Amino acid sequence: MIPILLKSLRTGIVTQPSPAAREEWRVRAAQVNDQILKLLGRALVIREVDAGSCNGCELEVNALSNPYYNLEGLGIRLAASPRHADMLLVTGPVTKNMEEPLRIAYAAMPEPKLVVALGDCARDGGIFGASYATCGGASKVVPVDVVVPGCPPPPLAILEGILAAVRTQGG
Amino acid sequence: MAIPGLPIAKPIEGEAPASYARVTPAQWTEAARLVHESGARLVALWGADRRDAAGAFSVYAAYATSEGITVLDLHLASAEESYPDLSGLFPCASRMQRAVHDLLGLVAEGATDLRPWLRHGAWRPHDHPLRRDFDPDAFRANAIESYPFVRVEGDGVHEIAVGPIHAGVIEPGHFRFSVVGEKVLRLEERLGYAHKGIERRFGDFTLAEGYRLAGRCSGDSTVAYAWAYAQAAESVLAIVVPPRARWLRALMLEAERIANHLGDLGALGNDAAFGFALAQFSRLREDWLRACDGFCGHRLMMDRVVPGGVAADIDADAAGAIAARADSIEKEAREMREIFDEHSGMQDRFINTGRVTPELAKRLGLVGLAGRASGQALDLRVDFPVEPYSRLQVRKVVHAGGDVAARVRVRFDELFESLRLVRAILDSMPAGGTRVELPEPRSGAFGVGWIEGWRGEVFVAIEAGEGGRIRRAHAHDPSWQNWPLVEHAIMGNIVPDFPLINKSFNLSYSGPDL
Repeated sequence: MIPILLKSLRTGIVTQPSPAAREEWRVRAAQVNDQILKLLGRALVIREVDAGSCNGCELEVNALSNPYYNLEGLGIRLAASPRHADMLLVTGPVTKNMEEPLRIAYAAMPEPKLVVALGDCARDGGIFGASYATCGGASKVVPVDVVVPGCPPPPLAILEGILAAVRTQGG
Repeated sequence: MAIPGLPIAKPIEGEAPASYARVTPAQWTEAARLVHESGARLVALWGADRRDAAGAFSVYAAYATSEGITVLDLHLASAEESYPDLSGLFPCASRMQRAVHDLLGLVAEGATDLRPWLRHGAWRPHDHPLRRDFDPDAFRANAIESYPFVRVEGDGVHEIAVGPIHAGVIEPGHFRFSVVGEKVLRLEERLGYAHKGIERRFGDFTLAEGYRLAGRCSGDSTVAYAWAYAQAAESVLAIVVPPRARWLRALMLEAERIANHLGDLGALGNDAAFGFALAQFSRLREDWLRACDGFCGHRLMMDRVVPGGVAADIDADAAGAIAARADSIEKEAREMREIFDEHSGMQDRFINTGRVTPELAKRLGLVGLAGRASGQALDLRVDFPVEPYSRLQVRKVVHAGGDVAARVRVRFDELFESLRLVRAILDSMPAGGTRVELPEPRSGAFGVGWIEGWRGEVFVAIEAGEGGRIRRAHAHDPSWQNWPLVEHAIMGNIVPDFPLINKSFNLSYSGPDL
């Protein structure tokens, strides 16, 4: 136990300040921000759905939970069930094999719902495009509020996109 | 490898030790028997529609023997749509053959499991996306079909269905557990949810461009895939890359191994309810990714290994920064290892959990990191070292325990070995150019690449087409071999240990789903 406590003490707090929202990534007019802020204050629950990514985006979403970005410290939590989620964070070009599961996850969310399309694949299919096996982006299947470009987007960009989806301009 | 009674395999030009032989169906079966008898293994199996060029389909099998990789090319007779099954001798062939059926409509004659694998209903049973006459617009319905899982009957047996969307931030796949109480009797995996049509998509790119797609088969192994692709492309083009490019490739491959092992060690601690491990290792992983970003401009080092060399170089400052970071990570990871070893609660979760015995691993063909934790002493960096590995005396890490604890030990040992390799590479990196111009490929030329990624061996085969395009490319992930062993590892364990066991393998979904 003592080595663990010493290690924790020596490591200290490495968490960085959070970035500002990137409003220019919003593709849909802000609709639910006020409601969400009124209902939840700063808290936000996200259901991440890998709709056939290469797993690069998942690595960077997981990095948000490391002590540098400290996602939970910002009041943002990744949930297991879409029924508990305010936001769907979608990665991948949406494979045909994940089209229906993605639809079901979206339908299971309570209103108001936010969707962030994460990465170039979720934006428009990316390098995989639209094909016999892919839908060519999240917006082909569910309504998207914010698109975060990148392959994969680094953790700070993901955070900027998530914040853009929940914050009103200048809010 | 000389196989009696078979055509002599011709060497394939390139960095990977490889040869090629065209065979008949009888030779295909006989070769499989002889390869199996010699203790060698099947690496990959795929097919190609060569009806326009050769009037028929081809099925390929890549075997790893003591001399390297041997690709057997079975030219089927005209209008023939079946070939002899290999899964009787090499169980790992089963899912690959099912994928070949979904994509090309070729049947493995004699195979017992003929259920679809990648096809869930996005295309019709009689349509095959890798056939040249496939019409991608002919079917838009995407009607998910029900899948006949194997049922376990008995008193008190019930099923737990998990996925395709899992609880955490991980890739999609479905697990069907048959359990009594908490004890798992059987697990059946249903994968293919991440099927993106990568093999057909390769045909939209030139040989010079395809590395970007190859590097996105499985993002966590982007360097391994891009290097295997580059090897295959360079084999097709018969070119040699400058020494400095090879050393930079190895630097990135080891950096990728370090990043993944750091991430996994934290996640494994976390799955044993030791959140401290995740906090510490995820911090070290972030430090390392930032160091990688600082040297090549991308945290995961995507698109930095390219045919003809590398699209990154390192100056003295960046090299110093990487070496310093390697030192600090080594020091901290050694502290963490002591904490792991002395944490009885965590060791209790690791030891004896999810055991794959060396005998089972050998019989079913377990490879890579998980294979080395079950006594399978396979590591291409040692067995068939290319420059710079031939000069670095890589230590092969092998443990025989076969449980979660052994897979944790392999990761720690390999982490320290890769940190040593990174420093050794930086110390001895030759000067000079990092990239050569690519000539026009000869249509029909065939090449292969074979790289030991952090998870296991990544294999790529490419056939060049007209005008510099890719005619057919196949990328093989080691997860093909290892997924069936996860089904065995969980048997007799309790359901709550599944996340831990699964994480200890940490297999790719996207890689084998293609």
